[in-house]
Amino acid sequence: MKKTIAHIYALGDQAITIEWSASISEEANNQVMHSFHFLQLHPIEGVTDIIPAYSSLTLIYNSTIIRKQAMGGSPFEWLKKKLASLAVAPRETIQNTVPLIIPVCYDLSLAPDLVEATQLTGCSIEELIALHTSEIYTVYMLGFLPGFAYMASVNKKIQMPRKANPRKLVAAGSIGIAGEQTGIYPLEAPGGWQLIGQTPLKIFDISKEEPCLFKPGNKVKFEAISLEQFHQFNAA
Amino acid sequence: MSITIIKAGLFTTVQDVGRKGFQHLGINPNGAMDALAMQIANVLIQNKSDEAVIEFFYPAPVIRFNASGFIALSGADFGATINEIPIPINHPIFVPENAVLSFTKKISGHIAYLAIQGGLELNEWMNSYSTNTRAGAGGVEGRVLINDDEIHFKATALQENKQSQLQVLPWMADTKGLYQSQSLRYLPGNEFSQLNTFSQQFMTNAQFTILADSDRMGYRLKGPVLKCKKQMELISSGVTNGTIQLLPNGQCIVLLADHQTSGGYPRIGHIIQSDIPTLVQQSPGSIIRLIPVNMETAEKINNRQAQYLQQLKNACTLQLNAYHRH
Repeated sequence: MKKTIAHIYALGDQAITIEWSASISEEANNQVMHSFHFLQLHPIEGVTDIIPAYSSLTLIYNSTIIRKQAMGGSPFEWLKKKLASLAVAPRETIQNTVPLIIPVCYDLSLAPDLVEATQLTGCSIEELIALHTSEIYTVYMLGFLPGFAYMASVNKKIQMPRKANPRKLVAAGSIGIAGEQTGIYPLEAPGGWQLIGQTPLKIFDISKEEPCLFKPGNKVKFEAISLEQFHQFNAA
Repeated sequence: MSITIIKAGLFTTVQDVGRKGFQHLGINPNGAMDALAMQIANVLIQNKSDEAVIEFFYPAPVIRFNASGFIALSGADFGATINEIPIPINHPIFVPENAVLSFTKKISGHIAYLAIQGGLELNEWMNSYSTNTRAGAGGVEGRVLINDDEIHFKATALQENKQSQLQVLPWMADTKGLYQSQSLRYLPGNEFSQLNTFSQQFMTNAQFTILADSDRMGYRLKGPVLKCKKQMELISSGVTNGTIQLLPNGQCIVLLADHQTSGGYPRIGHIIQSDIPTLVQQSPGSIIRLIPVNMETAEKINNRQAQYLQQLKNACTLQLNAYHRH
């Protein structure tokens, strides 16, 4: 794995970010995931959260605890040095390469922007569904809402901009496209992505010990189901 | 051993230090907006400093104590009364059975905290009692408190107090050294240098008004329109409590306890963690002043504040121990 030089900067006085690239790239994200998994396996005392993003990793820390480790020195400088010298052996990132299969119903009754999407892309509904379900996506990061996975990359032919006027309420389970990203709304929430379908799966479930279906680094594939199957799924 | 919410108030929730360790799943941290006030209310009555407390705004709730116990209020001063007798904030207070706590007017601050000795008897969600109203989880059924909610609290040996009279214990936590009376300080963010000359100049001694649509997710600031030198398209990356984002309309928002875990707007600065409690205690309409500091200064201020808080905790423990030995 080729390594690019990372830029490490302060995100205020209780967080630090390592940035590998200023754009979305699989190579940068591999390094993010690699460091993320490494830090999960080798936690730094006083670091409370490790948040991967497309091409950066942010650590939230308790400066009082880090200061003790830094022998009273600067918590930021101590962490920066630690992260810079972090000997992350270039090895394969441990991750499940078997994609999660997510059933999606593309029926117009559950896909309020599907017709507009055909106009925006020049693809027929059938082509659009075929292209959306043919790709294996990577979960680059989670954010926006609990369990909301940012997945990429959507086939160029069906990439489309966000809606000019975001919806006040998007139904839980809605599948959207925004640029090269696709994602699923885990909760009913406001949102501006183009909605092309809906999954009957619960993406976020507070009653579960692991409430979020997706984790950073997951591979995901969508599978088209009929409206009947969608309703059967919910009844089951 | 319980309390009943007679009147819910504006936005009354259960909070603790926040939900740590799940932000990589998009689960935001929540927690007390003013983490200092939350800790002080707790240590005044010998709770663990991170015990869950009740956080509220004005109009404040009306609460009945179905059993006697020690309580403490900290943060904003809303003119508290017990059975219509005025009581001070930042003191341990013994409340008799069936006492009713209510509030009369906004005297100072914006967010208040009520700690009850022993702590609240609730279920944790993802290692925290904090309410995540978006996810509908944590606190009491993942929502703001409503009329007639009954919340149990844990019994402690100290509650076997023979008296039945309201009592304000004679010592107080002096919180003056923890809050800032002048300017709030910030560390310039990674995109600060992208600001145009006017905007950078403005931020050397910036004045903003806190807008009415501020909430637990963030405080919106009204000021001159700030701009970057070039239109910036940023990909999403980490943000945190105190991050000052520049929105597309040229106005700023300071992210707070219920913030999202990532964002794509320019991060022009970050309020230093020591000054976040001061910021959140400003009501909408207040004017705030922001001045930049460097990391060395921010960390020095933070260390001093941590030491002051520790001394305050020690003093409270000493006083309480002495009191209970009598």
